Amino acid sequence: MTGIWTPTRRQFMATTATGLATAGMGGFGAAAATSSVDWKKFAGTTLEVNLIKSPRGDILQKYQSEFEALTGIKVNSEQIPEQQQRQKAVIELSSGKPSFDVVHLSFHVQKRQFEKGGWLADLTPFIADPALTPGGFWDDFGEAGKAFAKDTNKIGGLPLSVDYWIVYYNKELFEKKGLKYPTTFEELEATAIALTDPKTQTYGFAARGIKNANTPVWTTFMLGHDSYSVDASGKLLTETAAAIEAAKLYQRLLTKASPRGISGYNWMECQSAFLQGRVGMWLDGIGFAPPLEDPEKSRVVGKVGYGVMPKGPKAHASGTFGDGIGVAAASTKQGAGYLYCQWAVSKEMGTRLLQTGSGVPFRNSILNDPQVKAGVTMPGGWVDAIAGSAAVSRLALPVIIPVAEFRDVFGIALTNMISGADPEAELKRATAEFQPILERSEKG
Amino acid sequence: MTLASAGERRASQQARRLSGSRKVGRISYWPFVLPALVVVSAVVVFPWAFTLWMSVSEWKVGEPYHFVGFANYLRLLHDQRFLQSIGRTLLYTVLSVVAPMVIGTLAALLFNEKMPARGLLRGIFVMPMMATPVAIALVWTMMFHPQLGVLNYLLSLIGLDPQDWVFAPDTVIASLVMVETWQWSPLVMLIVLGGLASLPADPYESARIDGANAFQRFWYLTLPMILPFLLVAMTIRMIDALKSFDIIYAITQGGPGTASETTNLYLYSVAFAYAEIGYGSAIAVLFFLLIVVLSLVLLHVRELSGRILGTTK
Repeated sequence: MTGIWTPTRRQFMATTATGLATAGMGGFGAAAATSSVDWKKFAGTTLEVNLIKSPRGDILQKYQSEFEALTGIKVNSEQIPEQQQRQKAVIELSSGKPSFDVVHLSFHVQKRQFEKGGWLADLTPFIADPALTPGGFWDDFGEAGKAFAKDTNKIGGLPLSVDYWIVYYNKELFEKKGLKYPTTFEELEATAIALTDPKTQTYGFAARGIKNANTPVWTTFMLGHDSYSVDASGKLLTETAAAIEAAKLYQRLLTKASPRGISGYNWMECQSAFLQGRVGMWLDGIGFAPPLEDPEKSRVVGKVGYGVMPKGPKAHASGTFGDGIGVAAASTKQGAGYLYCQWAVSKEMGTRLLQTGSGVPFRNSILNDPQVKAGVTMPGGWVDAIAGSAAVSRLALPVIIPVAEFRDVFGIALTNMISGADPEAELKRATAEFQPILERSEKG
Repeated sequence: MTLASAGERRASQQARRLSGSRKVGRISYWPFVLPALVVVSAVVVFPWAFTLWMSVSEWKVGEPYHFVGFANYLRLLHDQRFLQSIGRTLLYTVLSVVAPMVIGTLAALLFNEKMPARGLLRGIFVMPMMATPVAIALVWTMMFHPQLGVLNYLLSLIGLDPQDWVFAPDTVIASLVMVETWQWSPLVMLIVLGGLASLPADPYESARIDGANAFQRFWYLTLPMILPFLLVAMTIRMIDALKSFDIIYAITQGGPGTASETTNLYLYSVAFAYAEIGYGSAIAVLFFLLIVVLSLVLLHVRELSGRILGTTK
């Protein structure tokens, strides 16, 4: 097998022949030189790229100069914190004159909104063009990624990174108590309580308690009951027995086994508590792993276990979220923008993403490549957790337009539960509040 | 030509000249007024007119404009989250006015006295006011952290139980007011200090001769005389606390749940997170009216106190 890490003589010669044009580039020039893609087709263009502040955004900016050397396209990119980036993107795209050509989007939040607005260019003709896309490109993406990216009759963005929710656990705390990693929700709760000892400020479980950010925790528990929050016809399933049971589990875990003030915790506070070695288990996205293995930031280096989400009463599921990258429909530089997107999701860039633990690409050729796996800097348990989660992955948030409102309304209900409110009553109230919002969103 | 007719003619010519020069004068003002008028119209009048126009629409970002009359305002009357946010805003405002007023006034009385290193101490006291709100918020967020924060550590040193601070619904407003008080007491101190510096010395000498103690001198002399300054400080603080956003957003984002969601934060969520521009505009209009009414009440109180004290006619 040949690739950027094991170039053939022919590839090596081709790389050398590109000379100064690829000076300073890593392996990408080699792979690019052998493909049929005319990377220089839009040389001289200047692209504006809007990225979400994240490890994915960091990687794209870090290697941006490679893309510029390869294509002759000048890139001006900016990274903006997630919430603000989403707001900026929506406002600018709806104005019809966005300040950017390429936009990084969160499929799990913005998919329907972007589709309804018709804000992204259809990438189908670019993907079909052999002068712009190497053969087998689209088929290489996993089904979840394709489902995220496909609109009813077009491809609105390329799948960039998938985020599975896993349980990080502190192996040292488990060993001290003689506990094993839980395999069911019941065991999860019992283990979390067994690990909790307020006297030593040690807690069994941490997950997002702050409104909005906490909603995926509850919907992930719902998946274990084989239930989504909204069904395929758009009907809310947020008052069902499954929803209530999931909310009760959320309430019990966050009141009986979590640190003080958990209702104000986002992923960052959870991560911080876990880094200090004070939390036995932490449920969140797999992309938050790198700091845990960084000796400068973590007290639990080498002690972290990476567990696939335990089985629920009716299903085994890992909540799945995804990022994408697309070209604004209003952009006059769609071809150049597409080349950037294609580069961003290329095997080489995906390999870098995976090997640094910054994210998990959607492309099978990366995930199935033993050489790529061998270069991963994260522990083997992390890679196993990806494989295990991929096998049971399910979308954790509904594919609707008002995802932000959904997360806010049910997030407030969940936070109230941490303060002692009745889960059934809270879900009933939140459902009544959200139902008209959902109906209005689909009418417009 | 009679003397009378010559006089009439001169009077008439003078009147014409005066009338002409007034007209010229009126016309000549416009080039000076026009730029300011254009700027004010562009940055004040137009945004307000546009906000009013949007508030009578159902307009979501990316969707067409639909005129809905007063439907948004009627919806607000039944919006529990909005109504609760008003109550929270008023509570937050009252606490964020009273606490800095008390501490700022006490600090002004203290720093008005002659003492060693007074200038240095005044400078240190004023420093929080000069810091960037978001930086302040980040520092206080760390200090409030239930496990890692210094505040719980300090409580443990004196044998008190740890608190949840901004991480619990019951204590979040009080904790945020603590930050607001820390940052804005110096402003009150500066205003009151200015008032104290302008007070005459004679009444105090008379009071001392008459045997008045320190508290009596403060209560019967100082307080009435600095009342106009206190009312100015109170008005500034009230407007500032009502529209407070940065500190709350950066520390709690309105949480836990909605426990610290003031009207300003709710307005932000509706307009920018939910992209409901029409409904958000209706909230902005009502919120503006609330600020205007409360400011007018305070101005009226100031006017009344001025009349009573004889400083306003």
